[in-house]
Amino acid sequence: MTVGGWQPIAALDDLAPRHVFQASLDGQELAVWRADSGELNAWENRCLHRGVRLSIGFNNGAELLCRYHGWRYATGTAGCTYIPAHPADAPARTITNRTYPIVERYGLVWSGREVDGRPEEVAELGAHTLVLRALPVWAPRSFVLDALVDHRFAPNEGLDVDPAEVEMTCDRRQGSIVLTAAHGGSSSTVVYWVQSLDAHTSVIRPVLAETPDDVIAVLRHHARALRELVDRVERTVPSRSVEPQGPLETPVVVERSAGSGPHIEVRVRRKWWTAPDVAAFELTPLAGVLPTPQPGSHIDLRLPNGLVRQYSLTNGPGESDHYRIGVKLEVDGGGGSTLLHDVVTEGDVLTISGPRNGFPLRRDTEHTVLIAGGIGLTPLLAMAQAIRLDRRGFELHVFVRGEDALAFPDVVESFGADATVHVALSPAQTAGRIADVLVAARASHPGALVYACGPAPMLDVVRATAAAAGWADPAVHFEYFSNHHEIDDSTPFEVALARSGTTLEVPAGTSLLEVLRGAGVALPSSCEKGACGTCAVPVIDGTPDHHDVYLRDAERAANTTMLSCVSRARSDRLVLDL
Amino acid sequence: MSPTVSPGELDERAGVDPVARGLWHPLVAVHDLRRGQQGSAVLLGVRLDYTMAGDGSVSVCRSDDHDDRRPVQIAYEIVWTCLDEPATPLFETPEALETDRRIVHAGTIGVHVSAPRAVENFLDMAHFPYVHTDILGAEPFTEVEEYSVHVDPDTNEVWATDCVFWQPVAATTSTEGQMTDYRYRVPHPYCVVLYKTTPVDPDRFDVIALFCRPIAPDRIEAHMFLALLDADNSDADIRRFQLTIFGQDKPILENQFPKELPLDPRVETPIRADKVAIAYRRWLSDLGITHGVIPAA
Ligand code: FES
Ligand SMILES: [Fe+2]
Repeated sequence: MTVGGWQPIAALDDLAPRHVFQASLDGQELAVWRADSGELNAWENRCLHRGVRLSIGFNNGAELLCRYHGWRYATGTAGCTYIPAHPADAPARTITNRTYPIVERYGLVWSGREVDGRPEEVAELGAHTLVLRALPVWAPRSFVLDALVDHRFAPNEGLDVDPAEVEMTCDRRQGSIVLTAAHGGSSSTVVYWVQSLDAHTSVIRPVLAETPDDVIAVLRHHARALRELVDRVERTVPSRSVEPQGPLETPVVVERSAGSGPHIEVRVRRKWWTAPDVAAFELTPLAGVLPTPQPGSHIDLRLPNGLVRQYSLTNGPGESDHYRIGVKLEVDGGGGSTLLHDVVTEGDVLTISGPRNGFPLRRDTEHTVLIAGGIGLTPLLAMAQAIRLDRRGFELHVFVRGEDALAFPDVVESFGADATVHVALSPAQTAGRIADVLVAARASHPGALVYACGPAPMLDVVRATAAAAGWADPAVHFEYFSNHHEIDDSTPFEVALARSGTTLEVPAGTSLLEVLRGAGVALPSSCEKGACGTCAVPVIDGTPDHHDVYLRDAERAANTTMLSCVSRARSDRLVLDL
Repeated sequence: MSPTVSPGELDERAGVDPVARGLWHPLVAVHDLRRGQQGSAVLLGVRLDYTMAGDGSVSVCRSDDHDDRRPVQIAYEIVWTCLDEPATPLFETPEALETDRRIVHAGTIGVHVSAPRAVENFLDMAHFPYVHTDILGAEPFTEVEEYSVHVDPDTNEVWATDCVFWQPVAATTSTEGQMTDYRYRVPHPYCVVLYKTTPVDPDRFDVIALFCRPIAPDRIEAHMFLALLDADNSDADIRRFQLTIFGQDKPILENQFPKELPLDPRVETPIRADKVAIAYRRWLSDLGITHGVIPAA
């Protein structure tokens, strides 16, 4: 049953800080929560992983964490940001929960299907409204709305008046009933909305137009009056069905597409010089929402002159309505940064790719060492903010040429003693300082992990020093700037599409799925990690190199099907039945 | 409108799955029986009466037809029965017969979920840090390392081997955290056996099993059975430990939707750590089980 239109699903006060509220709308259960930023979220109340109610999960102020396996979903987008069972893997962008529209108005929180704009304006409601107590009713919404027309109460200034003496006027609107009680020159107006929980149950949500002097007495009066109405409605409702309502819609097979496609148009909302040679940009989408950023992820930025440059996102958890990047002026960098510094201004529209994460942050450690050289700070800022939210230990070391060369100094300062800025050191001094840091951290936190981003010579120093200090290779992670491409040693191969007669090249580092999609083959996918079988393609000839965990042994041996998201080729060429 | 079935009510439609009807199912724990007393329980929507005679022998029949006697066997401290003629013998677990082991039936718990959901939960390591916090796992040590899965061609059982997980208190015998080795075995659509390293003997495994009685497609009673190499702890301590663990899983399972296990992999989002669950779901599809699952389209 779909009622349509905005309906109140909670009082704003129900959304306590760091709490998750279980709501319901037309039979659909919702997990409703407020981020520390104030952003409101209404999501399907079911974790994409194994269907556990998200309303029993945790709200960390910026993300909702599922109670079963700790998957995290970002405020705003509901995109998955972390899968703890696989700390080294960045979750596929397809893993995004279903969101519902949500806004606040008149002290109530509203949602609906296929709604836009805002809930209806009610002229009677000004700045001093009072949300009255909501009452659930075991009756369908339309039945409750009909019954409310005859509802009676007393004006605020005359609570003791004989109800029969009160003059009631009723105005039935689109989705609400507006009742005014008048007596002896004083009158009070209450707007009643009815939320449909499901086909059989509703909640009456009244809002009083004027906050009275004696709030308690008025609240009590309305609670009692409404209670009587509810009792009468429940006695007269034609058939009280006892059929249990499924708490959720029957699951449908959702083939989630890759999100907002390869290109996203963004507007420069803000541009500022965060250091003399570093311009910072805040980018917001022209339409829709941006795909969820993860710590360590970067975007491709297409410049007006056709150049493509990659920049790491500095966004912390919860910052999902924009992307923030820092661009250092590279005089011999081919002109990309010059253009961004000198030409691009606030209000300009740019084209970017969705975020990719070649530098994912593992969170399965008690302590993380972050080492940044110059503008290499940007991905580490995102990481440090994520670790801080988790209340785990970290130390951020930023090496800069001069006192004022530090980008995003306000963010770095917010880390307090966890951040150290090393200023104007010679290469030899830098190497010495890095050695000190790595030796000390190794001694105090044997299970720590290292993330370093900066110019190649500095990263070579980190690599060599870490090895000498006894750090295991897998504990130390690097991102070289201007080379965000993951180094992939997989071999390229050729794939022929039998039906369309096309031949495609699958380069190292690119999945078959990506190549097929790039060639216009509409292929569904879901987990993109070889676990769900959604992206299977039929193989006619050649030998696939299976990397999935989905196929049965016999299917794998038969080589007639393969999962295009992870599997590659043993033979030089594959022929697919596509 | 279809009639609804409330807990304990009978709905034989729940039992139409011919594959499930041909399996042995746990009915009641032996220690819950008294000589000369009668009891009853629902299996696959069918109410059964059971009696322990004065000589200790147990008989089972349909409540609506006392002449319809069902086959009975005692195994794993539990009375097992079958609604039709058993299509296969009850699976064996040789470790449960080793004489130096502690054999404990740790209890039965009703759970408002399907049996396959409960089995899948038992097969799952990734939830330890979140659900069994500071006992079977602890944040931030959440990684599920690669393990192996196969279906044994001789017995048609699903096995997961080479599983390891870091655990603060793996068992009642633990004194400190350890990397625990696990092997999982699914010998029956609604039963699962775990072999787990024990601090007591590096060469042998503790055996911990979960046997579900499917009452309705979304309702079970779960039996916990243990065969342990633990000479020190009392039965009560072992029970308390197991009940604590299962008591942590129960609210999760009861908040899982749909309650029946969807066999179409696209309905939920499996990851590599769910390898054994992926194999289990495909194995259920191959068996043709329909009770407690939502078959793939
Ligand atoms: S069910 Fe939510 S994380 Fe697994
Ligand atoms: Fe568990």
